Amino acid sequence: MPLLTIARLTILEASRRKLLLALGVLTVVVILLTSWGFSRLPTMNNVTPAEVRLASSQLTILVAFMFSGVLALGSTLVAAPSIASDIESGIALAILPRPIRRSEVLMGKWLGLAALVILYAVASGLLELLGIWLATGYTPPNPVAALAFVAAEGIILMTLALLLSTRLAPMTGGVIALVLFFVAWIGGIALAIGQAFANDTIINIGVGSRLLIPTDALWHGAIFYLEPSEILAAARAAGRARAGNPFFADQPLPLTYLAWVVAWLAGLLALANWSFARRDL
Amino acid sequence: MQRPSTNRNLNPSEAADAASLAVHTQDLAKRYGKTVALSGLTMSVRRAEVFGFLGPNGAGKTTAVKLLVGLALPTAGEGWVLGAPIGDLQTRRRLGYLPELFRYQGWMKAREVLGLHCELSGLPRAEWRTEIDSALNTVGLADRADDKVEGFSKGMQQRLGLGVALLGRPELVLLDEPTSALDPVGRHDVREIIRHLKARGTAVFLNSHLLSEVEQICDRLAVVDHGRVIANGTMSQILGQDGAVRVRVTGLELAGRVALGHFGNLEDEGEWLTFRGLSTDRVPDLVAEIVHQGGRVYAVEPRHETLEDRFLQLLKEQDQ
Repeated sequence: MPLLTIARLTILEASRRKLLLALGVLTVVVILLTSWGFSRLPTMNNVTPAEVRLASSQLTILVAFMFSGVLALGSTLVAAPSIASDIESGIALAILPRPIRRSEVLMGKWLGLAALVILYAVASGLLELLGIWLATGYTPPNPVAALAFVAAEGIILMTLALLLSTRLAPMTGGVIALVLFFVAWIGGIALAIGQAFANDTIINIGVGSRLLIPTDALWHGAIFYLEPSEILAAARAAGRARAGNPFFADQPLPLTYLAWVVAWLAGLLALANWSFARRDL
Repeated sequence: MQRPSTNRNLNPSEAADAASLAVHTQDLAKRYGKTVALSGLTMSVRRAEVFGFLGPNGAGKTTAVKLLVGLALPTAGEGWVLGAPIGDLQTRRRLGYLPELFRYQGWMKAREVLGLHCELSGLPRAEWRTEIDSALNTVGLADRADDKVEGFSKGMQQRLGLGVALLGRPELVLLDEPTSALDPVGRHDVREIIRHLKARGTAVFLNSHLLSEVEQICDRLAVVDHGRVIANGTMSQILGQDGAVRVRVTGLELAGRVALGHFGNLEDEGEWLTFRGLSTDRVPDLVAEIVHQGGRVYAVEPRHETLEDRFLQLLKEQDQ
């Protein structure tokens, strides 16, 4: 099946070009360092188990943010050149005249990249959580759901970069995707502030950014499942004082929004296929 | 890539014609924005023939090939490849294509590149090894089969590309400037490969601006300029039956030279006069007339028009 052939080729390329090795080594180093840092928490002066748990939960969210950032930036850097570079280098000229649809090439690349994103999110996430557990005995309430949201964030950004890759140069597509990622992040902060101060205009801007680029919303979806109930209760009680904190989520993402994310993904893939099918090479 | 909307269903006799040809296009056109890359290309390539597609840079040669293999969509006109509308997915199994400017995945070995193309072509897995070994031997890369492509020179990449185009015994092979990066030995090898393809019944569409190459191996050819065919036919049809004669002469005054005008298209280079379009049996009459006009003849050389002469002449006529 050509689609699976291209997916396999995409993963093989990441492996042969030593992307997986480099990421793997760096990730293990980061996990060892952070785990060592976590292991120092219980040894601090006069620290109580509740304080260790509080600090661990907050630091886990920060570490998750780092990994989600690596995943978002990494998937953008890999996806932005995926179609564009093949066109620029002439690889596409050799592949596409074969009895294979352009949609199979595009979806094959998407599938391969999505598999890499999921692999990295799951492997790095589970290893880090294992390290934290060994160091402090802390585990977040729902790590599987959190990892799923982190992976989804990477897949969303990867899909956006892939769409841009069908028409734009690798550098241009990559920069646009990253700018939109950070704009969405600021949009998420705006939404939290708008909600805390009941300002409809700011809320609308925040909601608009979440609908256009769902990455920040998915990050908040991940945060929610990393927050222990007592932290959640304390933070809710703090009210406006927590407004705009990009590392806090007071509720899970509604199902309707998750349905929107699925529709957004399907729509973007359809657009990418349409764009690539009509591109003259 | 979708089929061009301009392709229509053929009536039975047209379908029979199109199926009997390797390539047939009717007023095929391509625009990129305001730029006309191909303007009403009409031509046919027969099965099992070597067809030369000649033209200066920017004439639309590569665009034509890209339309035929489905890399670009035509903006107007129709085309059929091996009897099916251009872009047809299943027909691509029977095509081989060597792009002009291309690269393979540098991180792959030559054997892996060929394996990938066997897989994408839908060849039965049992045939891959034979196909790959055969292609590697044909293009002279058997000893580099397990080397990564990133270490290949341009010429070796070109050989690998040719090997990829030969996989699966295609019925039509489209070669876009196949010898552009090759040394003389490589060029000779490519000509031999093309002759071999023809012998086994494969049609070859050869895009080239190397006129001597086309002259040596093509059965028929088309000359394109500004996206339009300006001449096509067999080599002798293109070159014309009448040759040219060069005469070295002294003592001929201007009036005498003018009087020789009716023997053919005269090119006056001082002592050397070239008469184009002069049949061989009129050469004695020409010499007699020169002597009659007071000229002294030192040499008479029949000169066969080369494809290059004809090509340049065609382009000049086109510009005028």
